[in-house]
Amino acid sequence: MATPTLKIENLHVEVEGTEIIKDFNLEIKGGEIHAIMGPNGTGKSTLASAIMGHPKYTVTQGKVLLDGENILDMDVDERAKAGLFLGMQYPSEISGVTNSDFLRSAINTKRGEGNEISLMKFIRKMDEKMEQLEMDPSFAQRYLNEGFSGGEKKRNEILQLLMLEPKFAILDEIDSGLDIDALKVVANGVNSMRNPEFGCLIITHYQRLLNYITPDQVHVIMQGRIVKSGGAELAERLENEGYDWIKEELGIENEKVGEQEQEA
Amino acid sequence: MMSVDTKWTFDEKYVKEYSQRRGEPEWLTEERLLAVRLAEKLELPKPEKTNIKTWNFTSFKHDVTGDYGELKREELPEEVRVLLDRASEGENILVLRDGKLVYRSISERLKEQGVLFVDIETAAKEHGDLLKQYFMSHAVDVDENKLTAHHVALMNGGVFVYVPKNVEMEEPLQTIYWQEDPEAAIFNHVTVVAEDNSQVTYLENYVSFSEQDAVANIISEVYAKPGANISYGGVDHFEKGMTTSVIRRGYAEKDATIKWALGQMNEGNTLSDNTTILKGDGANADAKAVSVGRGKQSQNFLTHIVHHGKHTDGQILTHAVMKDEASSIFNGVSKIEKGATKSNGEQTERVLMLSERARGDANPILLIDEDDVTAGHAASVGQIDPMQMFYLMSRGISEKEAERLIIHGFLAPVVDQLPLQAVRERLTEVIERKVQ
Repeated sequence: MATPTLKIENLHVEVEGTEIIKDFNLEIKGGEIHAIMGPNGTGKSTLASAIMGHPKYTVTQGKVLLDGENILDMDVDERAKAGLFLGMQYPSEISGVTNSDFLRSAINTKRGEGNEISLMKFIRKMDEKMEQLEMDPSFAQRYLNEGFSGGEKKRNEILQLLMLEPKFAILDEIDSGLDIDALKVVANGVNSMRNPEFGCLIITHYQRLLNYITPDQVHVIMQGRIVKSGGAELAERLENEGYDWIKEELGIENEKVGEQEQEA
Repeated sequence: MMSVDTKWTFDEKYVKEYSQRRGEPEWLTEERLLAVRLAEKLELPKPEKTNIKTWNFTSFKHDVTGDYGELKREELPEEVRVLLDRASEGENILVLRDGKLVYRSISERLKEQGVLFVDIETAAKEHGDLLKQYFMSHAVDVDENKLTAHHVALMNGGVFVYVPKNVEMEEPLQTIYWQEDPEAAIFNHVTVVAEDNSQVTYLENYVSFSEQDAVANIISEVYAKPGANISYGGVDHFEKGMTTSVIRRGYAEKDATIKWALGQMNEGNTLSDNTTILKGDGANADAKAVSVGRGKQSQNFLTHIVHHGKHTDGQILTHAVMKDEASSIFNGVSKIEKGATKSNGEQTERVLMLSERARGDANPILLIDEDDVTAGHAASVGQIDPMQMFYLMSRGISEKEAERLIIHGFLAPVVDQLPLQAVRERLTEVIERKVQ
């Protein structure tokens, strides 16, 4: 299988008339893990949601090419079927639909009619992945995210990642609200996905997740675009020194988006 | 709208002959005669916020004669057979076609335990004295309105369940009431009696296949004696032409429990009253119902729990999906009478709107005449949460399937309560067909 690529070109995204992402460019190849870091309000989550097709965000310009195909032309479910996954910061709760029914439905949609996963195979895989993530087996029969704690929801996102095996995953603040043990479990889950056919974009506020998942590249986002890129050492420097040195270096006064116009 | 024949052609002579032809005991003939006289004087009920004056309650064929005889299981129509689980030794099933018993499968165990599970015609003939004690007694009165009087005058089908003291029935009692003649009226009467500390699960299915005009006028009265526990499941799925009035009332004595799980999937106009009277101290009621409204149908659902006893607990949960131009009113009433101290009444009504032209009113009402109680309610009318759709679709699930999952999930609290796999599956199919 050819190495997959995810290429974001000249992406512009608006929310309710305000441009949040401006001329954003990034290429990720299978086998690579990229991290996007940045202070609050710089467009990190907007980027993640817009690529997946969140109804609140409007892409006004640019392309997101998954193996050469522009996924922005696709419906949300088609993007997923093309191989994209978004681990969400605030996963929805769906009452009355069990975790296991939901996952089987999602896997089978992807595999297509006549090629459904056998129930035994599914159960075995789900048991194995839940054990890996140290999840109580009862979570398989619980309603999707309903009454889950913040940490349980995050684990459940990673469980879905491991079950669905996408080509690319965007993990939006998957580390927020996790204690150190849960953080390690989640990181192990992501690391277990590492292979040449899987690429990952980790969006995070803090460097601590990157202690457990070593990124190939780190990008700093400010004002809705990448302002600096580097290797894993960049994340460490950000952890130690914060973001001010970058702002100074680049002459940025306000790193947030959608504000500087009003202030100017 | 089709012209509605408002002529009421049933008089004392007709009713008397009908009753005698069925070999009914005299008390029942007298009840019917009283009812037919009352029917003339009484008014239609006036449900809150729904006008039923134009509904057809009088145009139907009452006595679909012809002795069908008993049918074999494989002779039942496909639509009826799908409601049955795979045949088992423990099963207890009665199937009535246009009010007449046509199929019966009763377990040895039920007979050994002395449980009565018979069609109402047989009950009147063979267990008349027992039936008389409960027929239209504490739960429902014949003179409540025109429809209750119609019902007694023309009752033409139903079932009597009697569970003796301390008997705990494990297998559910299942009934299927099916309309075969497209004009046949279903005036079905169900009486369930559970004596002290007994336990029973009763599950009924109403089905029809024709869109022609007809009337279903149904009354169920459910008596839970001290310490008894009754689970009552119902799935209604009458076709479009059927106008339905259905009263399901429970009467719970000391420490008794009545649990309702109702799938109200009629396609035609429906007036439903599900009331539980918590008469004794420590009595409990749990009333769960789901419904789907579509097309232009108009429906009115009252779920009502009346607390008389101390330490009584009443729970109401209604979930409904509304689409097209359907209109439904959901009135939940928790009534706590003076002296019902330490009682608790809670209710939740949720309506999911799939169309802007549909109407769904959820009205939680607490009527409390006692200070020392707890009560609460929650109601919402809303659309499918776009975030839930986005979440499911982001995993590759199509828009249609995502919507289906959310709706099923929304109705699951009731569907999951129904005791038989086949009935759950059938209800799920009906829901699917109604919401797609």
